[in-house]
Amino acid sequence: MQGLDFSVVADARPFLLQGMGLSLTLTLLAIAGGMVLGTLLALARLSGRAPLALAAAGYVNLVRSVPLILVIFWFYFLVPLAIGRPVGGFYSALIAFVIFEAAYYGEIIRAGIQSVPRGQVQAGLASGLRYWQIQRLVVLPQALRNMLPVLVTQGIVLFQDTSLVFVVSLHDFMTSSVIIAQNKGRLVEMYLFAAGVYFAICFAGSLLVKRLARRAAA
Amino acid sequence: MNYNWNWAVLLESPYLGWLAGGAVLTVQIALSAWCIAFGLGLLLGVCRTLPLRAARLAAAAYVEVFRNIPLLVQMFFWYFVLPEILPRAAGDWIKRDMPDPEFATAVLALGLYTASRVAEQVRSGIQAIRPGLPQAAYASGMRTAQVYRHVLLPIALRTVIPPVTSEFLTIFKNSSLALTIGVLELTAQSQQITEYTFQGFEAFTAATVLYVAIALVVTVAMHQVERRLRIPGVSGTGG
Repeated sequence: MQGLDFSVVADARPFLLQGMGLSLTLTLLAIAGGMVLGTLLALARLSGRAPLALAAAGYVNLVRSVPLILVIFWFYFLVPLAIGRPVGGFYSALIAFVIFEAAYYGEIIRAGIQSVPRGQVQAGLASGLRYWQIQRLVVLPQALRNMLPVLVTQGIVLFQDTSLVFVVSLHDFMTSSVIIAQNKGRLVEMYLFAAGVYFAICFAGSLLVKRLARRAAA
Repeated sequence: MNYNWNWAVLLESPYLGWLAGGAVLTVQIALSAWCIAFGLGLLLGVCRTLPLRAARLAAAAYVEVFRNIPLLVQMFFWYFVLPEILPRAAGDWIKRDMPDPEFATAVLALGLYTASRVAEQVRSGIQAIRPGLPQAAYASGMRTAQVYRHVLLPIALRTVIPPVTSEFLTIFKNSSLALTIGVLELTAQSQQITEYTFQGFEAFTAATVLYVAIALVVTVAMHQVERRLRIPGVSGTGG
């Protein structure tokens, strides 16, 4: 093995930064979309109406039993077909991530809502609030606070999962690293570098989770 | 939407064979990787609770490293980087003579990654046990190894069955990452059928149904395991 030469990283900096930009954008949009859809799924599962609860449970169980890569392939194939013209990999991937992550966020949020004492809902009803007002003003704010550490953990997992857009050649940080690695013949340097970057970001995130969890416990 | 349905394509040769072969490969990868993941995860989980500081630190470092790097990066690391940084003879053997290097690499990468997640479950299972129990065991003259073998592990291994089951389910899904290094498992085969026939609906539906079937079988089987192992009168499994 020859000596390592990390100058390849410095030379490709703009390309890699662009890739990281796409990774982070995809992560943030998928978290936002996944949480909105996930909240609706959680409320549906806890609504007490059998058809609604069953449909939500079916969605969650179906999505949670298939691999993310298969979901990405599904929507890479479906979205252009449904729209009738090519839309580019980014939107297909974003939809796939929102659909997929909503099932996981839904379960986290459901647990969070269940952690709010029943008395809170009853007190809300007694003081004349309606269902949506109780959810918005009483239950969800408390539930969100309880589940913040788990939500951030899921965000870290999601950030790692965005590397899978590699399978549809979307230029995220991972795919950009692979392209540079192959073009410059510097596989060892680029994969070590990519591993280091992902580790630094995700490890910092996991330290944040520990702090949040300590504060929630205090 | 303009689409020509053709479900019969799934039963045609060679596509039916591709799907069946892919499903078998998915199960093979997942089960082989699980042997590594469970064995190593158990060992690491125990190390994280040992009275020995060096063991705790080493296991914690392993867990943090393997949990905080995407599985895809790890897969590429073992496949592309390992043969380069090993001594020349070993690297050449991997590249030229090792039988089925893609399959072996996928199993190794998936096993080592999942071990870090199993380790966390085992650790929390051990730490959830009331401290009075191991204290009583030490007080009655047991050594550390005996405390683990006769007191801590029999309880912890039962309480962690539900979370470990979810890791076991995840390993089947994560085995799909093997396609990135060229293993034609279930997801790869459905993608390949789509490319050959343009029947994406049929091919991806078939793969989805097979994954759901695998998940159902695993869930039912693990329920049986949990029920069989339950200690009467101990509500450790209620969670």
